[in-house]
Amino acid sequence: MLTHLPILQVIVPLLAAPLCIFLRRPPLVWLFTLIVSSLAFVISILLLQQVMASGTIVYELGGWDAPWGIEYRIDALNAFLLLIITAISTVVLLAAQTSISKEIPKEKHMLFYTLYLLSLTGMLGIVATGDAFNVFVFLEISSLSAYALIALGKDRRALWASFQYLIMGTIGATFILIGIGLMYQMTGTLNMEDLSTRLPEVAQTRTVFVSFAFVIVGICLKLALFPLHLWLPNAYTYAPSIVTAFFAATATKVAIYLLIRFSFSVFGLSFSFTTLPLQILFMVLGLSGIFVASIAAIYQTNIKTLFAYSSIAQIGYMIVGFSVSTVTGLTATLLHVFNHALMKGALFLALGAVMYRIGSVQLSQFQGLGRQMPLTMAAIVIGGLSLIGVPLTVGFVSKWYLLMALIEQGWWPVAVLIVLGSLLAVVYVWRLVEIAYFKPQLVGKESVKEAPLSFLIPIWILVMANIYFGIDTRLSVQVAQAAAQSLFGVSP
Amino acid sequence: MNLSLEWMLQLSIILPMLATLAIVATGRNPNLREAVTISTCLMLFYCVINLYQGIIKGEEISVFWWELLPGLQVSFAIEPLGMLFALIASFLWLITTIYAIGYMRNHNEVNQTRFYACFAIAISAVMGIAFSANLFTLFIFYEVLTLSTYPLVTHAGTEDAKKGGRIYLGILLSTSIVFLLLAIVSTWFVTGTLDFKPGGVFDPNVDKAVASVILLLFIFGIGKAAIMPFHRWLPAAMVAPTPVSSLLHAVAVVKAGVFTVLKVCVFIFGLDLLSVLPTTQFLLYLAGASVLLASIVAIRQDNLKARLAYSTISQLGYVTIGALLATSSGVIGSSMHIAMHAFGKITLFFCAGAILVAAHKSKISEMRGLGWQMPITMAAFFIASLSIIGVPPAGGTWSKWFLLMGTIETEQWALMMVLMISSLLNIAYLLPIPIRAFFPNLLANNEPGKEQALPTFQIQEAPLPSLIAICVTTLGCLILFIYPQPLYELSTAILEYPGLAHGK
Repeated sequence: MLTHLPILQVIVPLLAAPLCIFLRRPPLVWLFTLIVSSLAFVISILLLQQVMASGTIVYELGGWDAPWGIEYRIDALNAFLLLIITAISTVVLLAAQTSISKEIPKEKHMLFYTLYLLSLTGMLGIVATGDAFNVFVFLEISSLSAYALIALGKDRRALWASFQYLIMGTIGATFILIGIGLMYQMTGTLNMEDLSTRLPEVAQTRTVFVSFAFVIVGICLKLALFPLHLWLPNAYTYAPSIVTAFFAATATKVAIYLLIRFSFSVFGLSFSFTTLPLQILFMVLGLSGIFVASIAAIYQTNIKTLFAYSSIAQIGYMIVGFSVSTVTGLTATLLHVFNHALMKGALFLALGAVMYRIGSVQLSQFQGLGRQMPLTMAAIVIGGLSLIGVPLTVGFVSKWYLLMALIEQGWWPVAVLIVLGSLLAVVYVWRLVEIAYFKPQLVGKESVKEAPLSFLIPIWILVMANIYFGIDTRLSVQVAQAAAQSLFGVSP
Repeated sequence: MNLSLEWMLQLSIILPMLATLAIVATGRNPNLREAVTISTCLMLFYCVINLYQGIIKGEEISVFWWELLPGLQVSFAIEPLGMLFALIASFLWLITTIYAIGYMRNHNEVNQTRFYACFAIAISAVMGIAFSANLFTLFIFYEVLTLSTYPLVTHAGTEDAKKGGRIYLGILLSTSIVFLLLAIVSTWFVTGTLDFKPGGVFDPNVDKAVASVILLLFIFGIGKAAIMPFHRWLPAAMVAPTPVSSLLHAVAVVKAGVFTVLKVCVFIFGLDLLSVLPTTQFLLYLAGASVLLASIVAIRQDNLKARLAYSTISQLGYVTIGALLATSSGVIGSSMHIAMHAFGKITLFFCAGAILVAAHKSKISEMRGLGWQMPITMAAFFIASLSIIGVPPAGGTWSKWFLLMGTIETEQWALMMVLMISSLLNIAYLLPIPIRAFFPNLLANNEPGKEQALPTFQIQEAPLPSLIAICVTTLGCLILFIYPQPLYELSTAILEYPGLAHGK
């Protein structure tokens, strides 16, 4: 059983997805989905333990040898990502039934859970597989279900947002496919491990350059890296709250994983960073992403949009860490992947709770909520502090590593820009805090009560995680470091 | 009780934290809530006194909590400077709580539970700062202090309070995130350690340019020290209720700032390195300018609290100057000034609050003749003013003496002049207040008819708890003049730490 864990990780939610349709009754489906997701979570913990104890796990699908058969490869990086995705998915699901009861018509509930599981499968598959074409397949599974999930939003604009994402996402996926195709043309293999040994032989050909460009641009579209981020704010704003919480915490992380995997493992460090000017390119894009998106966030009146822009800015931080291309830089990126999932999970779930009680997440509607929903608002404040990077929250840990990475390289101006960027976070978080705590409640909203427990429990699990992993950083730092070191070929 | 000193140290940080919970739990019963606060104050003070006795005996007290990141520990160790700071803060917390009970109830303030709870967190953070064994721990508690005092500053919840809070948080948080964090990361990168070590952690042969830049980052980053141009938060924070202004903005927060400056100068840079850095001179002049300008601005303020706030900015400059002089007299003067100014300024703020509660006056121009209505308060105001100015029979004399010595030793004549002129300015902005209060006709314009305009006063003092608090701190000012030995010993002990080359 234990040897089959890598495939179980993906296949369990995949098989469970259609079963949702047979269960029909929403509470039952919810419970079933929750159990499946928890199961996936347990599997990911076991996988991580195995990887940390005994190194990379290689699993050959159907017993076919690589490079002919499909191979699943779990190293520290994959296991780390799997853990993040399944953990967030499980915690978010705790609140799902309550949240969607107000946002999605009842007859569509089972469809929601089916799509949710499919989307989860897709993300887990992308991370688990060691086969380039398989990546594309799972990417499509997760993307298609994501389009449908976003379109389930109550607001009619959700349809438009979903369509926008569909167009952009499809272009991205197509680019990735073209890139993979070109790689296959040059090397005759789709296995990542195999690709990484064969690509250097043909590295100086124009085809490989083009293939690299297609893959990277495609991934950056999925990643919502500035200036390819246009689909993200609308998609996050109009999707059902649960979907936003789930995607904000996981979807872009999967894209970051792909970026790291392709540029470090498949094409190789020297090709990505020495032959090609990826470093300066990503540095500039990351920094401008931080500033443009943070400033845009300051001017939003819809809080979901505000935090969506903040997500784009946070992706900027990850990309800056990535562009340093040192072990510390990559550790910072991976830590931020983990930490940002915790922050945004907590924040968007809390917004879900506000949506549940108030029916809107416009800034003006937050008046007086500091008194009426103290626990939910406290969660938003702590999540916001974590975004700013205050010590004892996770945000501080990743910022510390990022600053270290930049100063190690002597990139002082960038370090200064990074801390200036986090000041912008203070501005957009505090706008919300002031409205919530200093304005009297709106007329007609006097009866608004604290969110139900089914919301508070998952929200506070994530908030506590924000603090816990800000204090006890052993797990996150250890795994992130191990992953970064193995990508650089340094034995830990 | 038979607790080890290590436990005492941890308790002094944990107790106020726990008290927060108890305060929130007993929020419905104000008397019980205040009893919780007072008993916590007493327990805290007991712990700190014990620690003090331990330190005098020469015991080493240190505690390690956990390692946040590899090499970055949250740990505590007591040295004389921190001890001094903790003693003042814990003692004055007790007094302020007594004062606050009278003030808050008579002033019918809302949300008193939140007030006491945040107050307790802030004190816990101050203890953490005082006892931190490394810069990293200090930074954590520094931020906790900023955030926990934000609800106190914005206590009133009005538009003004919101604006004040915005400036307060904006300046303190941004300086600490932008400059201080960068300074800490760079120190960590250059030296590989963040521990406070006697004699500093920098290698003597460190690149002077790099160290200078880091020093600049530190001094600007410690926004709580209110060096111009990052001083605006202090007047802005005066929208807070008076007990908050008095403890947090005359003692805890601002002193946490200058305390950090001193710590960084003595235990991170070391006096030897500090004295040869090219930016030190620049920063000295900046602090000097801060002293002078703030004093001049203070003269022009009609609102009593605003005048006191600018006076604080000016006095904080003294401490920073003393630290940057990098001589033993400078450091002794600075650390003593932390204590002396704390007692003097808290008394002044107490008086300002008492006047507001009893006479409902906040403008200086309205206070003529007030001395006959509130004789004790105004007498206290007079004595505390003397302490701030630095003349006998008040404690401020000693610290200013050492600071002047420091400037003479290092032949910083310009700074010496600054200190002298500033003392004159202190007289100009503080003394007229009690003088006019007692002799309304003395300094009044000689316009006929004004004398009759003064109503007759009946004695109507502040509520009793507040009055007691005022008397205690005023006595403190006087006692510190007559009996400054313990303070002096603690201050010199900072320099007698093994490894410090600078003798007397």
